[in-house]
Amino acid sequence: MSAKEYDDIPGTYVFDADMSRVGYHLNMFCISLRLEKNREAFTADADAYLDKYPMSAEQRDAVNRRDWNGLLSLGGNIYYTSKLAAYDGINFQNLAAKMTGMETEDYRDMMLNGGRPIEGNRFKKEWKNG
Amino acid sequence: MARISAGVGCSHVPAIGVAVDQGLTEDDYWRPVFKGFEKSREWMAEQNPDVVFLVYNDHCTAFDASCIPTFALGCAAEFHPADEGWGPRPVPVVKGHPELASHIAQSVILDEFDLTIMNEMEVDHGLTVPLTVMFDQPEEWPCPVIPLAVNVVQYPPPTGNRCFQLGKAIRRAIDTYQEDLNVVIFGTGGMSHQLQAERAGLINSDFDKQFLDLLTEDPVKGSKITHLEYLREAGSEGIELVMWHVMRGALDEKVTEVHRHYHVPASNTAVGHIILENHSA
Repeated sequence: MSAKEYDDIPGTYVFDADMSRVGYHLNMFCISLRLEKNREAFTADADAYLDKYPMSAEQRDAVNRRDWNGLLSLGGNIYYTSKLAAYDGINFQNLAAKMTGMETEDYRDMMLNGGRPIEGNRFKKEWKNG
Repeated sequence: MARISAGVGCSHVPAIGVAVDQGLTEDDYWRPVFKGFEKSREWMAEQNPDVVFLVYNDHCTAFDASCIPTFALGCAAEFHPADEGWGPRPVPVVKGHPELASHIAQSVILDEFDLTIMNEMEVDHGLTVPLTVMFDQPEEWPCPVIPLAVNVVQYPPPTGNRCFQLGKAIRRAIDTYQEDLNVVIFGTGGMSHQLQAERAGLINSDFDKQFLDLLTEDPVKGSKITHLEYLREAGSEGIELVMWHVMRGALDEKVTEVHRHYHVPASNTAVGHIILENHSA
């Protein structure tokens, strides 16, 4: 994939056409969990259910490990991966906390105090680890 | 003739819908969010629109990754609230206005906007939360709603300028509809927020307030905000704000701002709201 003008934004995966192509089967698996009958089938036999979606071994491993940022880096989109989180009983705010590496309470407090500030969060070069 | 009398901008945070559905609006967390919509509901009741034209985005509900229309116009007679994974929201079925919707489709496509036409479509919180915010919990929604779904999930969404120009085309279409109808147009989503990865929780109140100022005073300048600026300054999901430009494009060049509300947070998001009235209506 070629370089993109938004590559220098820290802690962000832009779900563009390249990512959508790479993540297609992963995302279609995740969104299938919107429906109760599919959630039941996934619960009954996760491996057999995942076999229906020809995602990469790396993507499947990230699903099994619930590696939320890993899923995004492999073409997953948050509106899709959040359905897998919901299946696990994780709401959107707690999922966000997990992706930032913060404790749930700390994340909630950050939001109550006005959210993550824009200062220092515009460019990768502003982050210690990029 | 039909006319657009006013525009409404508002966020669609799903947790706002949950707060209403579960009776939590008087909790300390939610009270300030809903306080700012009290005047809006009074205004809406006075306005008593015949039709709401509602610009919103679907969240992989009606359109999953298999089909991603940039603009999809709801021409059906009714739109059922979708099951997004925890059962459909307990809100009324949304009634459409197929006659006006098909007139708009015909006019706007000949005006060179290549819409997708939806004769069957479920609607998710992106559409029903703004209705709840503005109309509370009626037995039936007080008027028909024409949904316009805009892709903002897969990058790139349409540009701010494209959305603004589409708003103008929608205005031309509604202005030429024979029946005497009072139409209020909604632009929804936003404001600054990022739901994903290590930068989740980003809020940029300065950006949001400037966006609201531009919407009222210099909408052409506002429509030229680049995608890169939204991504960097308003967060990866803050780019939803392009949808507000459709609403603004459908209004007069000069409008009167009659109400504004801004609050942080609702879940992961800054809640923004504005009401703009046309002078000509």
